[in-house]
Amino acid sequence: MAELILEAQGLRKAFGALAATDGVSLELREGETHAIIGPNGAGKTTLIGQLAGNLRPDAGSIRFAGEDVTALSAPARARKGFARSFQITSIYRDFTALDNVALAVQAHAGHSFRFWRPAREEAALRKPARAVLDEVGLGAKAGMLAANLAHGEQRQLEVAMALATRPRLLLLDEPVAGMGLEESQRMVQFLSSLKGRRSIILVEHDMDAVFTLADRISVLVYGRIIASGTPEEVRANVEVRRAYLGEDA
Amino acid sequence: MRARTLILAACVLLLLAVPALATLAKQPYYIDLIRRVMIFAIAAVSLNLILGYGGLVSFGHAAYLGVGGYSVGILAFYGFNSGWLQWSVAVLASALVALVIGAISVRTRGIYFIMITLAFTQMLFYLGNSVEEYGGDDGMRLKVKSQFSGLIDLGDPVAYYYLVLALMLACMYVVHRLINSRFGMVIRAAKSNEARSRAIGFSPYPYQLAAFVISGALCGLAGALLVNHTAYITPAFMDWTRSGEIMFMVILGGMATVPGPALGAFALLIVEDLLAGWTQHWQVILGPLLVLCVLFFRRGLAGLLPGSGKDG
Repeated sequence: MAELILEAQGLRKAFGALAATDGVSLELREGETHAIIGPNGAGKTTLIGQLAGNLRPDAGSIRFAGEDVTALSAPARARKGFARSFQITSIYRDFTALDNVALAVQAHAGHSFRFWRPAREEAALRKPARAVLDEVGLGAKAGMLAANLAHGEQRQLEVAMALATRPRLLLLDEPVAGMGLEESQRMVQFLSSLKGRRSIILVEHDMDAVFTLADRISVLVYGRIIASGTPEEVRANVEVRRAYLGEDA
Repeated sequence: MRARTLILAACVLLLLAVPALATLAKQPYYIDLIRRVMIFAIAAVSLNLILGYGGLVSFGHAAYLGVGGYSVGILAFYGFNSGWLQWSVAVLASALVALVIGAISVRTRGIYFIMITLAFTQMLFYLGNSVEEYGGDDGMRLKVKSQFSGLIDLGDPVAYYYLVLALMLACMYVVHRLINSRFGMVIRAAKSNEARSRAIGFSPYPYQLAAFVISGALCGLAGALLVNHTAYITPAFMDWTRSGEIMFMVILGGMATVPGPALGAFALLIVEDLLAGWTQHWQVILGPLLVLCVLFFRRGLAGLLPGSGKDG
């Protein structure tokens, strides 16, 4: 069996009296895609925030490739190989698409206390960035200001930035949210091309995307995982259908 | 980009010609005026590094004018007149003060950052007021200007003018290199989207602090120039309205552009000079004029230049 890359144990995070994460444990093996689904307000984004290091859990631990990373900040985790996309597109809007990805490359190319040489002329940053843009299909838009890209392209750019850091773990928070049908199909197709090569935690509302991409699915309701298993198992689970898929069992 | 380069080159040529033109017109006052404007342009250029490119709204930049100025003044007071020594101390002391202020303030954001930088500057202002040794709130005269081993005589208004011009252009070039380097990309990226920066692995703090220190050091140089210009140093160098003025030059000229802050310094100080010569109630006119500028030139004066890209 593949190596365990991510292991969260007993995560708990409360905002006042509301337990947004209430004792969540989950595992991710190398090369696996693990989807987290659940109704709005189930605590999916809070969970991703704790995994990425933006939120400090009240209790529980997170291990990454065997190492305890619970106390590490988001940038420190990013340098260890975490990469995330945000539910609401988060890119450098006033930089070009290529600049955006080159910055992601730069963040993983040692310290940036280099004061003199123009960064935009450094092949060591630009070439890998261009390659990733081509990979996600944005090669032709490299010189465009990120703010002027279409919504779907901005989502692609965000994924490109995540990939440019050569991550060992991708945390994707609703990568197809707000996309048109065609765009979302293209994104799902692209993400499925990563399958097996990348370890991915995927939070997504779009059930077609989830059932296409996921190796395992966990269902989160009110901060607890109520079911976890292969797509077939989850689909068949009565409790899940009642709580989430909205069917009368 | 070509038209823009030509216009900026013409501006530099015009600045080179100022002493000759002023002498021809028998108006040596203008050498003095433009020299003062260029010293403030250096201060504005330094502020722009953190304000325009870094998004750190420092409302206390006059502190470094004061630290730079007092460094020169105090050394001269004890008979150390070497400009090499005085100006090095001015720059290093400003960097050190910026390091202390920055180490605390750069951890905060928004209104807190503004208030902390303002508070530190007020502390230095009152410190200057209270030290009787150096003249208290009257300040003190700089009896001998900085001496540069006979290389250049700052008492010669034209020679000093050209030195200030050269230093202003050098500062603009340094900022231009900085903001396009890896370092510059990090601070600009953090301004654009800090959450994104952290998610890809940048910890912005050390870079922002370094930018804050460089900015303070450059402004300290402006302080050393200013005290030699006025031959006088008072705590008024560090008045909070002075900080506001420098900030205004940056905003008026165009944030996050290389020529912007210098254009802003010229526009603000020259209009101020013209209005002051016309009526003593010049501030009543200047105020609304500035409001109109901000409303209608959102991108500042530099935004009016043809082909004004993002990077200046």
